[in-house]
Amino acid sequence: MKALTLAATTLIAATAAAADTPELVVYTYDSFVSDWGPGPQIEKAFEETCGCDLKFVGNGDGAALLARLKLEGARTDADLVLGLDTGLIAAAKETGLFATTEVTADYALPMEWADTTFAPYDWGYFAFVHNKDLDAPANFKALGSSDLKIVIQDPRSSTPGLGLLMWVKDVYGDEAPAIWEGLADNVVTVTKGWSEAYGLFLEGEADMVLSYTTSPAYHIIAEEDETKAAAIFDEGHYMQIEVVGRLAGSDQPELAAEFMQFMVSDAAQTILPTTNWMYPAVMPSGGLAKGFEELVTPEKARLIDADKVPALREEALAEWLSALSQ
Amino acid sequence: MALRAFPISTKSGISAAALVVVLILGALLAVMSRAETGAGFVSSDWNALRFTVWQAFLSALFSTVLAVPLARALARRRFVGRGILVTLLGAPFILPVIVAVLGLLTIFGRSGWLNAVLAQAGLPPVSIYGLHGVVLAHVFFNLPLATRLLLQGWQAVPAERFRLAAQLRLTPWAVFRVIEAPVLRQIVPGVAALIFVICLTSFAVALTLGGGPRATTLELAIYQAFRFDFDLGRAALLSLVQLVVAGGAAVIALWVLPVISLGGGQDLPQRRWDAHGGVQRGLDGAVIVLGAAFLVLPLMAVVLRGAAGLTQMPPAVWAAAGSSLFVALISVLLLAVLALPMAGWIASKRAGGVEAIGLLGLSASPLMIGTGWFILINPVMNPADLALPVTALVNALMALPFCLRIMVPRLRDTVQDFGRLSASLGMQGWPLWRWVILPRLAPQIGFAAGLTGALSMGDLGVIALFADAERVTLPLQMYRLMGAYQMEAAAGAALVLLVLALGIFWACDAMGRRYAAA
Repeated sequence: MKALTLAATTLIAATAAAADTPELVVYTYDSFVSDWGPGPQIEKAFEETCGCDLKFVGNGDGAALLARLKLEGARTDADLVLGLDTGLIAAAKETGLFATTEVTADYALPMEWADTTFAPYDWGYFAFVHNKDLDAPANFKALGSSDLKIVIQDPRSSTPGLGLLMWVKDVYGDEAPAIWEGLADNVVTVTKGWSEAYGLFLEGEADMVLSYTTSPAYHIIAEEDETKAAAIFDEGHYMQIEVVGRLAGSDQPELAAEFMQFMVSDAAQTILPTTNWMYPAVMPSGGLAKGFEELVTPEKARLIDADKVPALREEALAEWLSALSQ
Repeated sequence: MALRAFPISTKSGISAAALVVVLILGALLAVMSRAETGAGFVSSDWNALRFTVWQAFLSALFSTVLAVPLARALARRRFVGRGILVTLLGAPFILPVIVAVLGLLTIFGRSGWLNAVLAQAGLPPVSIYGLHGVVLAHVFFNLPLATRLLLQGWQAVPAERFRLAAQLRLTPWAVFRVIEAPVLRQIVPGVAALIFVICLTSFAVALTLGGGPRATTLELAIYQAFRFDFDLGRAALLSLVQLVVAGGAAVIALWVLPVISLGGGQDLPQRRWDAHGGVQRGLDGAVIVLGAAFLVLPLMAVVLRGAAGLTQMPPAVWAAAGSSLFVALISVLLLAVLALPMAGWIASKRAGGVEAIGLLGLSASPLMIGTGWFILINPVMNPADLALPVTALVNALMALPFCLRIMVPRLRDTVQDFGRLSASLGMQGWPLWRWVILPRLAPQIGFAAGLTGALSMGDLGVIALFADAERVTLPLQMYRLMGAYQMEAAAGAALVLLVLALGIFWACDAMGRRYAAA
């Protein structure tokens, strides 16, 4: 009987101790939580200081993330959402689920960051990646008139695909349909997501694939493979800025705010470039890992205001569909 | 009026069918309840519908027509490796789409083996992208399934019939007309309908190999509505259209199935006296070699690629493999509860129209079912806690039509041949199943269970919606690896998946056959 009481007491104590450790739930996209992504290292680094249990929940890509949040509404378990990009910010704010943020940092972005709901944690330029031995075109018009074969992602199911759509729209405005008609015979195929497209490219199905200027960094640093490069377009490159935001309904508001500040701290920013293969939002004190200096950087960065994206998207999507469906 | 004396109780069958309908319509209603705006069918949806139906029709046509000679050749020949080939027939359509597509591209792609051979011969390269590519991939997925289903029909023909045909000195053509054609008439429409419905809900294959947005299917539009636009009204409408098209096709196809009894035999092994001729032998050999090459070469590409990646897999892959096995086993159990009574009910009907209820599970978008149940579960508890059971349930639903198609014809025969005898002995309920039905149906049940387990191993539709950090299945883990540039580790995970799925398939299938033989 005594032993039983002792066991029960221990159990209660253990449960109480577990209950004392607050749990912070972060919804993010799938590749972030994979063993090779930033998730495991970020978790370890944050848990060292927060006295909490950080839990990442992976969910498709940025768009799928937002869809899940909308499904769950205010009942969501999530305290934070990490991995939306600038194209999704307007839709995310419309849900009314997010709280404003006080995160401050000395951002290393090519443009001013003024949003008060979300904080950027990394960013990159969209670009066509190719093998170095290819004589890459210098803009969309040259690409359209070449016989190069490209693989792109469908803007209806993939965030990079949507990024390309906005890129062309931002550069060419009303002329965008003509550009797409020029590109139509270069597009080998359109895939559901980034993984499929990049896989096809590595298989030799296309000369170029829509990805990021930072993609070659993966091959250089992780695989010591120097054969990949990103093509620089003189029209400028559209950006993807990935952001984190906290939910107004979180039961751990202080901890959530602490995590947002952590994401722009030196510790997190050092981890991100070589795990998420993007540029850090704040330059870490140790600088960028060796290999990043080999990357080409566009002269002009392009980004459409978050609140203008939804309306432009409809128009650009219709143009894209009609140009590529002929 | 033999069917009047049908001894199987239809009550549990009707309940199982009702459960299936509730699971699917419940999800649809849940999605509709959250719709904010009324949705209309726009012109691009009509294009998508046209393309969807057309490619599904072509895929079903080619898969079924090509399966007939292959199944016939396999039914008539005994050769070393036949057992392995028949098991491998289960492989293609359990592969995750991206793995199968990459495998196909190794052979048919721009820098694939076929184009290398063509270049050697000085011929221009062929492109796989376009409607023909979509159909090619769908035939790769479904030809093996069709072959297995037809093969089963062939093997159900009593050996005495071929013996009699040989005694009457019937020519091979006459044997085909008198014995084999009626069997085909009984099986082919159902098989074609099944493949039509599978291809109807195809999305990543059609998009990737279709070469652009021309190849948009309804499922892509549903995906877009759920994940990108979060327009639940539109998603529900598109899902409904998909259900109606698939359901309609299924009802038409299954209605025309004739009910034929092959007559009882003594369950002797088949011998074919009509197939001894040299021409017959040569034709069968050529068909088997071609069919095997078409199926095995892309699989070999998957294996070669995967073997190189095995050493680079993180341990998480094994944990995910454990989850996948769990899902597969639960699916098989759930399926037994649903499919056996339903098959009993359907077999008691003269026309096969009600089998269309089973096809609902396959024609419903997994994303729709998943989202619907997410909406229903969310107010009560955390959906992630139910991730694996729900995945297993939805997969059992998707496998249901395969299993019905496998079991119903044999069950119908069994009942026709043994029903009156059993009734006269007063056998019903469990003893009837135990002594009459299960022993005769064992190979079919094994095959169906194997298929279900293998299909559930490869699931990616539902788990993606419910998953959290701890509950990840193998295909999802594979996609996560790809998303982190780990293409080689992902290929290794794909190989593990292929081996596990085939292992489950082989184990169930072999168990069924052994039980039947014992």
